[in-house]
Amino acid sequence: MWDYVKLIVLAVVAVLAAIAASHARDLAYLVHMIIFMSAAAIAFLWQIRHMEEAVHNQNEYMDGVVRYGVVATAFWGVVGFLVGVVIAFQLAFPSLNLEVLQGFGNFGRLRPLHTSAVIFAFGGNALLASAFYVVQRTTAARLFGGGLAWFVFWGYQVFILMAATGYLLGSTQGQEYAEPEWLTDLWLTIVWVAFLIIYLGTLIKRKEPHIYVANWFYLSFIVTIAMLHVVNNLQIPVSFFGSDSVPVWSGVQSAMVQWWYGHNAVGFFLTAGFLGMMYYFIPKQAERPVYSYKLSIIHFWALIFLYIWAGPHHLHYTALPDWAQTLGMTFSIMLWMPSWGGMINGLMTLSGAWDKLRTDPVIRMMVVAVGFYGMATFEGPMMSIRAVNSLSHYTDWTIGHVHSGALGWNGMITFGMLYYLTPRLWKRERLYSLSLVSWHFWLATIGIVLYAASMWVTGIMEGLMWRQVDAQGFLVNSFADTVGAKFPMYVVRGLGGTMFLVGALIMCYNLWMTVRKVGEAKPAAAAAAVAAE
Amino acid sequence: MAAPNKKNHDRPTTGHSWDGIEEFDNPMPRWWLWTFYATIIWAVVYWILFPAWPLVRGATAGMLGYSSRADVAAEIQAVDDANAVWYQRLVDTDVNAIHEDADLQRFAVNAGAAVFRAQCSQCHGAGADGIRPGSGFPNLNDDEWMWGGTMDDIVQTVTYGIRNEDFPDARYSEMPSFGRDELLTSEEIDQVVNHVLNISGQAHDAALAEAGAEVFDLNCSSCHGVNGEGDQFQGAPALNNAIWLYGGSEAEIRASVTVAHFGVMPGFTERLNEAQIRAVASYVHQLGGGQ
Repeated sequence: MWDYVKLIVLAVVAVLAAIAASHARDLAYLVHMIIFMSAAAIAFLWQIRHMEEAVHNQNEYMDGVVRYGVVATAFWGVVGFLVGVVIAFQLAFPSLNLEVLQGFGNFGRLRPLHTSAVIFAFGGNALLASAFYVVQRTTAARLFGGGLAWFVFWGYQVFILMAATGYLLGSTQGQEYAEPEWLTDLWLTIVWVAFLIIYLGTLIKRKEPHIYVANWFYLSFIVTIAMLHVVNNLQIPVSFFGSDSVPVWSGVQSAMVQWWYGHNAVGFFLTAGFLGMMYYFIPKQAERPVYSYKLSIIHFWALIFLYIWAGPHHLHYTALPDWAQTLGMTFSIMLWMPSWGGMINGLMTLSGAWDKLRTDPVIRMMVVAVGFYGMATFEGPMMSIRAVNSLSHYTDWTIGHVHSGALGWNGMITFGMLYYLTPRLWKRERLYSLSLVSWHFWLATIGIVLYAASMWVTGIMEGLMWRQVDAQGFLVNSFADTVGAKFPMYVVRGLGGTMFLVGALIMCYNLWMTVRKVGEAKPAAAAAAVAAE
Repeated sequence: MAAPNKKNHDRPTTGHSWDGIEEFDNPMPRWWLWTFYATIIWAVVYWILFPAWPLVRGATAGMLGYSSRADVAAEIQAVDDANAVWYQRLVDTDVNAIHEDADLQRFAVNAGAAVFRAQCSQCHGAGADGIRPGSGFPNLNDDEWMWGGTMDDIVQTVTYGIRNEDFPDARYSEMPSFGRDELLTSEEIDQVVNHVLNISGQAHDAALAEAGAEVFDLNCSSCHGVNGEGDQFQGAPALNNAIWLYGGSEAEIRASVTVAHFGVMPGFTERLNEAQIRAVASYVHQLGGGQ
């Protein structure tokens, strides 16, 4: 019966999308409707061939969707890093904005493609996959909602496809990290609510008496992102058949809402969500208990309470009133220790197992991730101080800061997660090659150091050049002088990014060979003997 | 709830276990806690000193009377006050006499260079070299002028700009598009292009150039001069030298004759005050080509 309802819904969606496509007022909308129509049609055909199939064993963990998530994470990671390398070299060598690329492949179009691909496609799939894996293990329950998890996975891929095609076709509402227009926003909202339902449902039907700390972080991530996404994307469409929309907020309110969103996208997507990942995979890989339960409680609540206030530090010395800037800055400073709570719990979990750093490149990756996390969460509060910000704001220092967090923390912990999950999800006895993991580790680490260091140099240099005035108060440098001075560092940044990309390609090869070539794991290794399996 | 890591334990755990993960019941590190408290105290002190919490009307002002706008206004005012006497002298002095007062000239060039970096370098290049030959933006370092290189000429150009409709006093002239508008046949264009190549001292086809001299005489000389020496009154560039605004190759000259260029420059009378315009003119004048 339920299967027939699904068929009807999918057919209706496909037909409505076709009708909307025929009325499309712009190319991006047309493409988006064709994506909707194709996705609904494919799902319809799949459903028709799998009618009334036997229900899966409800006593097993639902790992199929996690396996897809792992593949999607690796795939989008490579795509995002590649676009990043391309735009890094476009900045160093502007002639790479080739004439044939104008209108879709120039820097302006590719830049949001890069940021969204790494944050939402790579990071988002990593969070989806790990959240689904971790919540099942730590609640000893199968995912709630049956096939809903598949809807979330594929629905999220459709969102990525819509966002990416939209950027290339110039459909953007011009808000950083929130570029997609209203249609894509609405679709993501639906997918996200389904994600929340699965997560809450699984927690509610858990077989463990307590909720593990990783789940607090994942849940705060899912709930807060929903709130941020909806409020920052309050838009009124110009037409139901076009991409364009008009924002509800305007002027400085719009800027404030945007950076309340933007900063907490960093705080809850890239920090809280990934801390959830850290709290599961580090103790598992190190085979050690978490260092301090008390610390995890205090730093969790302090982190989520303080983070939400910190957004105004993106708007120092703007039209935003001074009082709001002060609040943003002071809450950022207070955020320093709550952020470091996660680093301490991650690092100290290894105390007593430090020797593993010598032998296990996967744990080494996770430790370096936590190290970069600690560095970025010190740098962030420091840059939020008004006086520091007057030098750092609008410079490449910000870009360096973001990347030491994104490449170092989010990237490395995700790589660690992928190395942990792949043998377990495909039931292999080990990874294909630990020495390739080592290669990946060193390429990525040196790449990040090159990236961050070159951006510190150019950032501080251009900040100083911009503000340089002579004794009579006259400007010493023109803007073009600062651009010219940055050239060598831009090349170094591009090389760092290339190393990071090569490392990720090595990882993909290693994971592929693990699935293809390594023998099956013998069942019931001591640690794998979990209640539900 | 078996604990696989039992053998590692030297401290108590909370007794929970999830998928084999346990938690030590360690206290929070003291340095962590005390640093956290310190940042909170610091924030409270900062709120007392600086504008911080919104109230019904306005926000708490803070004890230090801090205001980022007032700060920047005061900083600008201080610089303006310090330079006021110089700006006054710049306006009071005859434009052509500024360079005679060494101190005033030094100030004018310095101030003008800052104006140039902010307002002019986008097109003319940070070094005023027109970014690259043939870019369409004139090089201001040489003594080849389109509209004149005296202080008065430069002030006029900067004030009202070139070929813009914002100001009736803007400099204006327009070269016909001889090819596009079919004023010359393609054969005649070939001839005149070779003539221009000839008078600018480049390799050319002698027969075509000879025929081109007549075409030039009939169509071009009224603006560019009989010998291609140019006419600053009409903004017609000299063609008998090696300096080119839009490139001097055969193909580039042909392109310019076929579809004429129409380079524009904004007028700065509403963006800069009189003293700043005189300053930037002084800067450009002393770059090497002032007349």
